[in-house]
Amino acid sequence: MSPLQLCLLLSSLLFCVGLVAAMARSNAILVLLGVELMLNAANINFIAFWRYGPNPEAGTGVLFVLFSIAVAAAEAAVGLALVIAVYRHQKTIRLASINRLKG
Amino acid sequence: MHLPVSLVWLIPALPLLAAGIAALAPRSCRTLAAGAAIAAMIAAFVISCLALHTALADPGAKLVANFEWFDVGAGAMRLGWLLDPLTAFMCVMVTFVASLIFIFSTGYMKADANFKQFFCFLSLFAAAMLGILVANSLLLLFICWELVGLASYLLIGFWFHKPSAAAAAKKAFITTRIGDLGLLLGLLWLADSTGSLLFYDGGNGVLEVAALGSLASQVTVGGLAVSTAIGLLIFCGAVGKSGQFPLHVWLPDAMEGPTPVSALIHAATMVAAGVFLIARVYPLMSADLALPLVPLHALTVVAFIGAITALLGATIAVAQNDIKRVLAFSTVSQLGYMMLALGVGSWVAAIFHLLTHAFFKALLFLGAGSVIHAAHHEQDIRRLGGLRGRMRITFATFAIGMMALSGVPFLFSGFWSKEAILHAAHGWQVSHLPFGAALVAVVLTAFYMTRLVAETFFGTARTEETEHAHENSAVMTVPLILLAVGAVALGFLGTPAFPWLQARLLGEPEVHGHPLFESAGLMMLSIVLVAVGLGAGWAIYGRRPRVALDAVDPLAKAAPGVIAALGNRLGFDELYAATLGRLVTAGATVADFFDRYVWGGAVTMLARLGEFAGVVNRENDESAINGGFNVVSESFRDSGRAYSRAQSGEPQSYLRFIATGFVVLMLLVILGGGR
Repeated sequence: MSPLQLCLLLSSLLFCVGLVAAMARSNAILVLLGVELMLNAANINFIAFWRYGPNPEAGTGVLFVLFSIAVAAAEAAVGLALVIAVYRHQKTIRLASINRLKG
Repeated sequence: MHLPVSLVWLIPALPLLAAGIAALAPRSCRTLAAGAAIAAMIAAFVISCLALHTALADPGAKLVANFEWFDVGAGAMRLGWLLDPLTAFMCVMVTFVASLIFIFSTGYMKADANFKQFFCFLSLFAAAMLGILVANSLLLLFICWELVGLASYLLIGFWFHKPSAAAAAKKAFITTRIGDLGLLLGLLWLADSTGSLLFYDGGNGVLEVAALGSLASQVTVGGLAVSTAIGLLIFCGAVGKSGQFPLHVWLPDAMEGPTPVSALIHAATMVAAGVFLIARVYPLMSADLALPLVPLHALTVVAFIGAITALLGATIAVAQNDIKRVLAFSTVSQLGYMMLALGVGSWVAAIFHLLTHAFFKALLFLGAGSVIHAAHHEQDIRRLGGLRGRMRITFATFAIGMMALSGVPFLFSGFWSKEAILHAAHGWQVSHLPFGAALVAVVLTAFYMTRLVAETFFGTARTEETEHAHENSAVMTVPLILLAVGAVALGFLGTPAFPWLQARLLGEPEVHGHPLFESAGLMMLSIVLVAVGLGAGWAIYGRRPRVALDAVDPLAKAAPGVIAALGNRLGFDELYAATLGRLVTAGATVADFFDRYVWGGAVTMLARLGEFAGVVNRENDESAINGGFNVVSESFRDSGRAYSRAQSGEPQSYLRFIATGFVVLMLLVILGGGR
C-alpha cells in the first residue's frame, strides 16, 4: 500500500472511532471528544493529500490544517461553554436526558 | 562510559513515560504507578550520572544536538538538547532528590485514594523540570516551563476538595502566569531580533558572541540596550516561578499541597527553575555589563530584587506558626539569596547554593512531612512540641537540615554556599545595600530556624495527637537519612580550599586559595551573625519552652503590632486584593454596565420595534387572513405531528440518521463505479 493509502486508512479509522464515540457515548463531553477526533481525521486527509499530492512544496496543506485547528479550538470552547450552560440548567450532561427540543 | 548528547532527551523522557503509564493504568494499580515512577526516576538518575561524567570530560564545551521540529515556508523551527556541566549537575541533583521524594511519598500518601494520580502528576512534574534542564532552545524551555506550571497546579490542588487547596492551586497558576507573560514577550522579542531561539548553535545561537554583540549594541526605549530589555522580560518569568518579590505570594499558599509536593516544588524543581533560567541565559543577562552608558544593567535589577526577597522572606518567617509556612518563607528568602548571587555576577555561587539548598530544604520538608504524618496532620508548631524523644531519626535529620540552612560553620553545606554568596555580594561594585540585607537575613534565618526546632521538638507534647506520635517506617526515614548525608557532604564540593564545583561549572582550571581566604574577616562576621541568631532563638524559645497551648509568643508580647503584621505576611495578599483585585472588579463592572445597558439597551430597542411590527401584523392576520389558512394549517399540523415523532430531541439519534445516509451514499458511489 502506498503511504497515501496508509494515511487515508489511518484517517478513516480515526474517523470511525470518532463517529462511534459521538454516536454511542452518553456524556456530552465525550461526544465533543468524538467530534474532535473526526475533525482531526479530516486534518490528516488534508495533510496526506497535500504531502503526496502534485504540489507538496507549497505550504497550503499545513496552513489549511493550522487554520482548521484554530477553528476547532474555538469550536471546542463554544461546545464546552454550551455543555456548562446546559449543566447549569439541567444538572446533567447525559445527552439522553437533554431532550427538551423534542417534537 | 559516555552518554552521547543526542541521547540526553532520555532523562526527561523516562519520567514522562512513567507518567503515561500511571495515567493509563487503572485506579487500583497503585504499585504499578509508584513502581514505574520510582524506577523511571532512578534510571534517569543513572543516565544523569553518565551525562555528568560526559560533561566533566570537557567542562568548557557546550555539547548540543539540534534538530528540526517542523518547517513552515522557507524557514524551519529548530529545537535541541544541550549538555554542559550546569545541565548535568542540575539533572543529577533533581533526579536524586526527586527519587528520594518519590520513595518518601509511597509512605506519606499510603492512605490516599488518589495514590495513582499522585504518582502520575509527580512524574509529569519531574519530566517537565528535566526538560527545562536539557533544553537547548528557549522555546523548548518555555514549553517545559509551562508544563511545570500545569503540573504544579495539579499537585498543589491535589486535595482539591479542600477549598483552600483549590484556591492555592489557582493562585499559584495565575501568579506565575503573570511572570510567564514577561518570559513569552522576551522570547518573542529575542526570536524577532535574532531569528533564532537556540541557545548554542555553532556560532549562530542566541547566547553566542555574534548574537549577543548585536543585541547589546541596539538601543530601545529609555536608552536601554535590547539585551537588557529582553533580559528583564525573561527575568519576569524567573520572578514568578522562583517566588521573588513582588510575585512571591503564591509560594506560601502552595503549602496546601501534600508535603512531598512541597518538598519537590520548594527544593528541587519548580522554584529552582527560575534560578536555573537566569544562570542558563547568563551571557544574555550580562551582555550589557560592558556598556558604560546604559541607564540600567539587567543584573542590577536581579540583585536588588534578590536582596529584597531574601530580607522580606526571612522577616515574615519569624512570625509564622505553621511548620510548613516557616519553611516556605525560608525558601522565598533562600531563593532571594540565589538571585542576589546571580545579580552580583557570581552565577556559580547561585548554582552552588541551589544544589545545597535543594538537599537541605528537601530534607527539612520531608522532615516536616514526617512530623505531620506522625502527629495526625497537625501543622501548627504551637500544638506540637516535645517530639525530640519520640521521633529520634526525624529530629536528628531535621536538626542537620536546620543547621545547614542557618549556616552553622564548617561542617554543613549551607555555610559554604551562603559564604560564597555573601563574599560575591561584598565584592559588588554597584551598591552595598544588598550585602547589608543579606547579612540581616543571615541572623533572621538562624533565629527562625532555632524557633522552629525549639517549638516543634523541645518542651512537652501539647496535644493528645502529639503525645501519641511515634517514628515513621523506614520508607520515610531512609530518604531523610540520605538527604541529611547530602546536606553535610555536598558542602565539600565547593569549599574555598577545594573549589571543584565552581571550576567545573565555569569550565576553568581550579584556583586553589580562593579569595574567600583573603577576607577571613567576612567569614568571621557571618559566623558571629549566625551565632547571634541561634543564641537569640535559643534564649527566647529554647530555654523556657512553651507549656500551654495558647501561651502568647514572647516576641508577640514584646512587639504585638509588628508580629501581627508579619504573621499576616505584611498584608501583601490584602494589598493585591485591594489594588489588582479591585482593578479587575472595576473593569468587570464597567464591562457589565456596557453589556447590560448600552449593548443590551440597543438590542432591547430593536426588540421593541420588532414587537411593535408584530402587533400590527397580528391585527392584520387575525382579522383578515386567518380564516382561510386555518384549514390549510390543520393539514400541516397533522403532517407535522407525524414527522415530529422522528424529532426525538436526542442529538445522537440525528447523528445516526446522518451516519446511515453517509454510508448509503458511500455505497452508492463505490458500487456505482466511483462516478
